[in-house]
Amino acid sequence: MTETKSQIFVAAPDKGGDKKNKNSSIAKLFFEYRGLIPFFIFSIIFIGFPTGSVVVNAFRGNFNEWTFENLRVAFGDIYLSSLIGSLELGFTSALSASIIGLAISYAVAISGRPKLQRVISTASGVFANTGGVPLAFFFIAAIGNYGFVTITLEKLGIDIYSGSFTLFGFSGLVLVYLYFQIPLMIIVTYPAIEGIKNEWREAAVNLGATKYMYWRYVGIPILTPAFTGAFLLLFANAFAAYATANVLTSGTLPLLPIQIGSLVNGNVVADQMNVGMAMGLEMIIVVSITMGGYVFLDRRTSKWRKR
Amino acid sequence: MAKIKSASTITPKPGVGLKTWLIVGFLFFAIPIFSAALFSVQVGDGSYTISSYTRMLTDPGLSESLWLSTKLVLMTVGIVLLLMVPTVTWLHIRAQKAKRVVEFITLLPLIIPPVVTALGLLSSMPSFLKDSPYLLGFAYGALTMPYTYRALDAGLNSIDVKTLVDAGRGLGASWRQVLSSVIAPNIKSAIFGAIFLAVALVLGEFVVSSLLIWNTLPVWMALVGMSDAEGAVAISVMSLIFVWLLLMVMSLLDGSKKVKINVGGV
Repeated sequence: MTETKSQIFVAAPDKGGDKKNKNSSIAKLFFEYRGLIPFFIFSIIFIGFPTGSVVVNAFRGNFNEWTFENLRVAFGDIYLSSLIGSLELGFTSALSASIIGLAISYAVAISGRPKLQRVISTASGVFANTGGVPLAFFFIAAIGNYGFVTITLEKLGIDIYSGSFTLFGFSGLVLVYLYFQIPLMIIVTYPAIEGIKNEWREAAVNLGATKYMYWRYVGIPILTPAFTGAFLLLFANAFAAYATANVLTSGTLPLLPIQIGSLVNGNVVADQMNVGMAMGLEMIIVVSITMGGYVFLDRRTSKWRKR
Repeated sequence: MAKIKSASTITPKPGVGLKTWLIVGFLFFAIPIFSAALFSVQVGDGSYTISSYTRMLTDPGLSESLWLSTKLVLMTVGIVLLLMVPTVTWLHIRAQKAKRVVEFITLLPLIIPPVVTALGLLSSMPSFLKDSPYLLGFAYGALTMPYTYRALDAGLNSIDVKTLVDAGRGLGASWRQVLSSVIAPNIKSAIFGAIFLAVALVLGEFVVSSLLIWNTLPVWMALVGMSDAEGAVAISVMSLIFVWLLLMVMSLLDGSKKVKINVGGV
C-alpha cells in the first residue's frame, strides 16, 4: 500500500513534467502562473483585508480583547429589531416581486411575440439597474407628500396617506424596491420559463393530463428550483440595499445596513463601532447562506435546461 | 370529449391577462419617471420653469462631484483594462485549474454587502489611503469584479484564445502586444460591456462613498435632497438620461460589427 502510494507520488511530478513539455508552446514562457499574482494581491488587499477586519473585530472588545459581547449586543433588543426588520423587508420584497415577475415572465414567454419579448428583456436590463439615490427621488416626486400622483389623486378625492401607507417607511420601501426587483426577477427566471418545452405540454396532453395535472406534476416541479433560486437572489438584493432606504427613511427605519451606516457616521457612541462589525458579520452570514442557496439552485436549473 | 376539451384549455394562449399586465407594468415603471420630470419643472402655482435645472447645473457642487465621479470611473476602467483583462485572459490560456478559485473570489463582493465593505475599509486601511480617493477607486474595482469578470469570461469563451495567442507569439509578438493587438480587439464587445457595467455601477454607487465621506455624484444628490427636493429630482432625471444615453451608445457600439477599432494597431 505504501509502496503504490510512493510510486504515485514519484510518478505524478514526472507525468506533469511530460505534459508541460508536450505543451511547450511559446506562450508558456510568458504565461506562467505568476500571471494571477496581481489579481490575488488586489483581492487580498481590497476584499480580504476589509472582510477579515470586520469578522475579527466582531469578536474584539474596546481594548482589543476577545469577546462575544458585540454579538450579544447585536442580538440584543435594540439592534435585534434591525435584523428582524431587514429580514422582513427582504422577505416581503422578494416574495411580492418574485410572484409578479414570474407572472410577467410567463405571460411574455407564451405570448409568442418576439418583438415584445425583446422590449421586455431590454427594459428589464435597464430597470433592474435603476436603483439607489435617483430612484428614491423619482418616487418622492410621484407619491411623496407633494408628489404628482398624490396631488392628482387628492383632487379626485383619494388620499393615499389616509391609511397606514407611507413612502418613508416599510411599506414605501417594499413598493419602491419592486421597481428594480421585478425586472431582476424577469431577467433571472425568463430563461427557465422559456425552457419549458412545448413537447412536454403536448406529451402530457397526449397522455391525458388535465391543465391542473400538467401544472401539478410537470410545470411547477420544473419551475420550483428556478423560482426559489430567484427568490433567494431577490431576498439578498433587498436585504443588503442601502442607498434608497437611507434617502427615503433618513436612517430612521431599523434596518441592518442603515444601523451600520449610522454607527459609522458617528451618530452613536464611538465605543459601539465593534457592534457595527458584529452586525456586519450577521449580514455576511445571512447573504452567504442566501446566495449559496441561489448558486446551488441555479446550477440545478441550468443543468436540465441544457439537456 | 372531456379529453379534447382539456387539451384545448391546456394550450397556453396570450389572453386578456397579457394586455392588462403590460399596461399595469408600463404605468408602474413610467409614472415615477414622468412624475419626476414634471416635478422638476413645475412650480407651486402650476406654471413651468427650468430654474431647478439651471440652479443645479450652476451649483459648484455638481462640477466637484462630477469631477470626482469621473476620476473614479477612469480608475475603475483602468482596473478593468489593466487587471481584469489580463487576469481573465491568463485564466483561459494557462490556468483552467485556478478558474474556480478566481471565479469564487470575483463573486465575493456580491456576498459581502457594500455597507460591510465600507465598514471594513474604514477599519483596516491605513489612514493615508483613507484620505485619498484612490481607496474608493480600488474599492470600486473590487465591487465591479462580479460583473466585469463575467462579461470578460463570456467574451473569451466565444473565441479560440489559445490559438490566437500561439499564433501571435509564434509570429514574434510580445505578451503585451498579443494582449493589446490580438486578444483585446477580438473581445472588444466584451470589454465594452465590462466597462459599461463598471461605469454604471460607479456612477450610481452610494454607500461606500458616503461612508468614506467622499462627495461623489449620488452622495451630493442625496445631500441636495435634504434641502431642495426639486433640485434633487432634477439631478436624478439628468443622471437617468445620461445612463440611458450611455446604454444606447454601448448597444450601438456593440451592434455595429462593421466598425473596427484597432487597439494598438500598426
